[in-house]
Amino acid sequence: MLTQVLFRALDKKAVWVIGIFLAVAVYVPMANLLIPPGQFGHVPTYLVSLLGKYLSYAILALALDLVWGYCGILSLGHSAFFALGGYAMGMYLMRQIGTRGVYGNPTLPDFMVFLNWKELPWYWYGFDNFWFAMAMVVLVPGLLAFIFGFFAFRSRVTGFYLSIITQAMTFALLLAFFRNDMGFGGNNGLTDFKDILGAPVQAQTTRVILFSATAIALALSVLVCSMIVNSKLGKVMVAVRDAESRTRFIGYRVEYVKLFAFTVSAIMAGIAGALYVPQVGIINPGEFEPGNSIEVVIWTAVGGRGTLIGPIIGAIVVNLGKSWFTSALPEFWLFALGALFIFVTLFLPKGIVGLWKQLFGTPRKNAEEPAMPTPAQSADIERGEDPSTFDNPQPRPAE
Amino acid sequence: MLISRVIRLTVLVLSLLFSTQFTHAQDTVDIPAQIAAMGEASLKELGQIVSDLAATGDSSVVPALTALADGNLYLDEISGRVVIQTGSAITDPLTGEAVDLGAEADLSRIRVNNGLRRDISAALAGMTLMSDDPRTRLAAAQGFLAKPDAANLPLLDEAIAAETDANVLSAMQTARAVTILGSEDASIEDKNAAVPQIVSGAGRNAITILTSALATAPDAVKPTIQSAISGLEQGRAVWGALQNVWFGMSLGSVLLLAAIGLAITFGVMGVINMAHGEMVMLGAYTTFLVQLVIRQSFPGLLDYSLLIALPVAFLVTGAIGVGIERGIIRWLYGRPLETLLATWGLSLILQQTVRSIFGPTNQMVIAPTWMSGSTDFFGLAITYNRFWIVIFALIVFFMLLLILNRTPLGLQMRAVTQNRRMASAMGIRTPFVDAMTFGLGSGIAGLAGVALTQIDNISPNLGQNYIIDSFMVVVFGGVGNLWGTFVGALTLGVANKFLEPYAGAVLGKILILVLIILFIQRRPRGLFALKGRAIEQ
Repeated sequence: MLTQVLFRALDKKAVWVIGIFLAVAVYVPMANLLIPPGQFGHVPTYLVSLLGKYLSYAILALALDLVWGYCGILSLGHSAFFALGGYAMGMYLMRQIGTRGVYGNPTLPDFMVFLNWKELPWYWYGFDNFWFAMAMVVLVPGLLAFIFGFFAFRSRVTGFYLSIITQAMTFALLLAFFRNDMGFGGNNGLTDFKDILGAPVQAQTTRVILFSATAIALALSVLVCSMIVNSKLGKVMVAVRDAESRTRFIGYRVEYVKLFAFTVSAIMAGIAGALYVPQVGIINPGEFEPGNSIEVVIWTAVGGRGTLIGPIIGAIVVNLGKSWFTSALPEFWLFALGALFIFVTLFLPKGIVGLWKQLFGTPRKNAEEPAMPTPAQSADIERGEDPSTFDNPQPRPAE
Repeated sequence: MLISRVIRLTVLVLSLLFSTQFTHAQDTVDIPAQIAAMGEASLKELGQIVSDLAATGDSSVVPALTALADGNLYLDEISGRVVIQTGSAITDPLTGEAVDLGAEADLSRIRVNNGLRRDISAALAGMTLMSDDPRTRLAAAQGFLAKPDAANLPLLDEAIAAETDANVLSAMQTARAVTILGSEDASIEDKNAAVPQIVSGAGRNAITILTSALATAPDAVKPTIQSAISGLEQGRAVWGALQNVWFGMSLGSVLLLAAIGLAITFGVMGVINMAHGEMVMLGAYTTFLVQLVIRQSFPGLLDYSLLIALPVAFLVTGAIGVGIERGIIRWLYGRPLETLLATWGLSLILQQTVRSIFGPTNQMVIAPTWMSGSTDFFGLAITYNRFWIVIFALIVFFMLLLILNRTPLGLQMRAVTQNRRMASAMGIRTPFVDAMTFGLGSGIAGLAGVALTQIDNISPNLGQNYIIDSFMVVVFGGVGNLWGTFVGALTLGVANKFLEPYAGAVLGKILILVLIILFIQRRPRGLFALKGRAIEQ
């Protein structure tokens, strides 16, 4: 059974993607540690961390793609799950500082001493244990997504309404985490980390290992997503995306399909956040910004949603562009990003991957490509309420 | 116990006699001599001099007594003269003329203690209570109210008998009532009778006065005071609620202005305009520019620059809106969620453009004179700018209602909202309706921007602060008709203000967001959902 699922999941493309990232997970550390600096092929440590950051973004984009590209749920709240995972990791790292903080308090993080707190709040208990923290990285975003999704999907909140309430969710969390008395460091967030599993966070080897872990996590995420989208459930997800009502009338429990995708996606986002925090060394409420979530959407759109490789390419390309712009032409970054949003939605609805397929692909129908509703089928669906968030086969003019 | 009480009573009565009636009798106090005597007097003698001077009832002693209490009265050790020194000016305490003491003057302050200061202020209050100026009398009565002393009762009675001004009379009666309640020799009946006077006359301080009186009052009076306090507290709760309603309406009208344009574009076109906040921002900057031009070219019209900015902002943002619709949104119909992305990108570009042109700092729009200041409405301070914004929001709302229900364009818009394909089949040019709707929605956002210049900073981020709240209003109110937006905006505004005192501003906002998320579970299409038989997606 499992082998069958695995076999189906590992079609040629997925094997390639997973193989590439496993190879990267091995190659980049070697190029950093074994090739001496200055020699051709050496990867400097800062670049390793930067790439690690991009790869954790790629996991986040992949997570969003699972709900948006395959299930038609445009979540504008995925940065909330990302940040919650990051905060869980950050709390573990804070507890590892021990007496090395500014105030030298063995249990309380610096900001709590500063706020004159006497003891650790209950929700900080257990975070000195790595495995407990890792469990929370998965559980907190997963549980939030499960509860949120359970209510939202059960009452059939869809489309724009769902997008807006996910945005409200992350906005509410943003406001909450900004508060000092929440016990998460308020405005400054959690930073000044020292150790992870006993190894210093800043050390070269730790950074390299964190990078490898991120690359492997990305490969695993691709595997999991591939397993899901190639399963029967994955087909139902695509059906929900393209014609939700019809899927429901056929007899599928649409809300459970959506809930499953949403929860898995939130967990992936949480893991991405947990990998992101030790590599950048800080987590603060800014990560909850609704704007961040929308940026994740554009990474996915640029790469090409409804594919597994698209969001990864999108996340890396857009962030490379962002890094280049913000150092070379800082005032033009927002222009470029804004133009990217408009350009991609207008001219490149299937993203880079779609463009590639159009230019170089074989005309054969690919299993990964979504089944488009034919004009005859979609004719009876009200235009304004067209469930297909995907582009239609022929662009319909604005009547 | 009893004996000490008797003694105290006697002393009180005696002091009353001496301080008022008795000393009133001898009008032959030599005022200049008394003031000159102040210089060398001991504290005890000084007290006597003060009461003598006060007993004259002569207003010419007021400056000297005031200066004494404030520590501005000095004795020149060389010439022996008593003078007032304020800053570097030295004046005569009686005539108020400048005094030249020469270079070798040696001023030493005439010392007073707190007990004496109290005596002086009571004496001054007594004297001013009979003043010719009603305002002075009112201030004196309020002074008695703040420092009730049974010794002043006869004085108050006398003043009440002579008083003609109703306001001052009420203040005096309240002061008298407070004094009676606090005094130890007044009868239970008098005290009970005093309570209603305090309730009606002491205003916001009534609860504090009664609560402090409750501790010392005899048991027979306590129930009266208790019931008066609970009555007042009820009144205060109602009043606080009214105040919250007003603040909430003020916030709600701002939300209404910001959200209503969003609601019509979303209702008619199913399009989510994330750049709506930037239209508000552009409206605000248009106002800023209009005022700049008017200030440089037509300074006389400065007071009307807001009124001139209204049509200008409407046209500018409306034209930009039509441009956006024709340039971007037209190509994205049937893909509503992608419109969201494209307009978000547009909002980033607009923000950055404005930031490059005007800089990231806040700009100012000066409030016209008819919008600054505030008025007191039964104890509720209503600032004119908030008041006008509420009125303006209502005007915009009803104008829009009129446009939607009474014009051909409104008819077409409603038709397209209800069934686009059918409307198209009936010959309505839906692309034209779309462009007009988008222009109208953006234009109203521009109007909101004009209004916001009066209560918020004009910065490139102005729109972002309102966009999430506006979405909440639209989601909460539903898109069935404009009343949904109206009810949604006011409900959110009022709910916000009611939660703020209990939960704090931030937590209140979080609560609102959570409540809306829960509300959406119950009514996924908002309060006023459009009814129809088309399948929901």
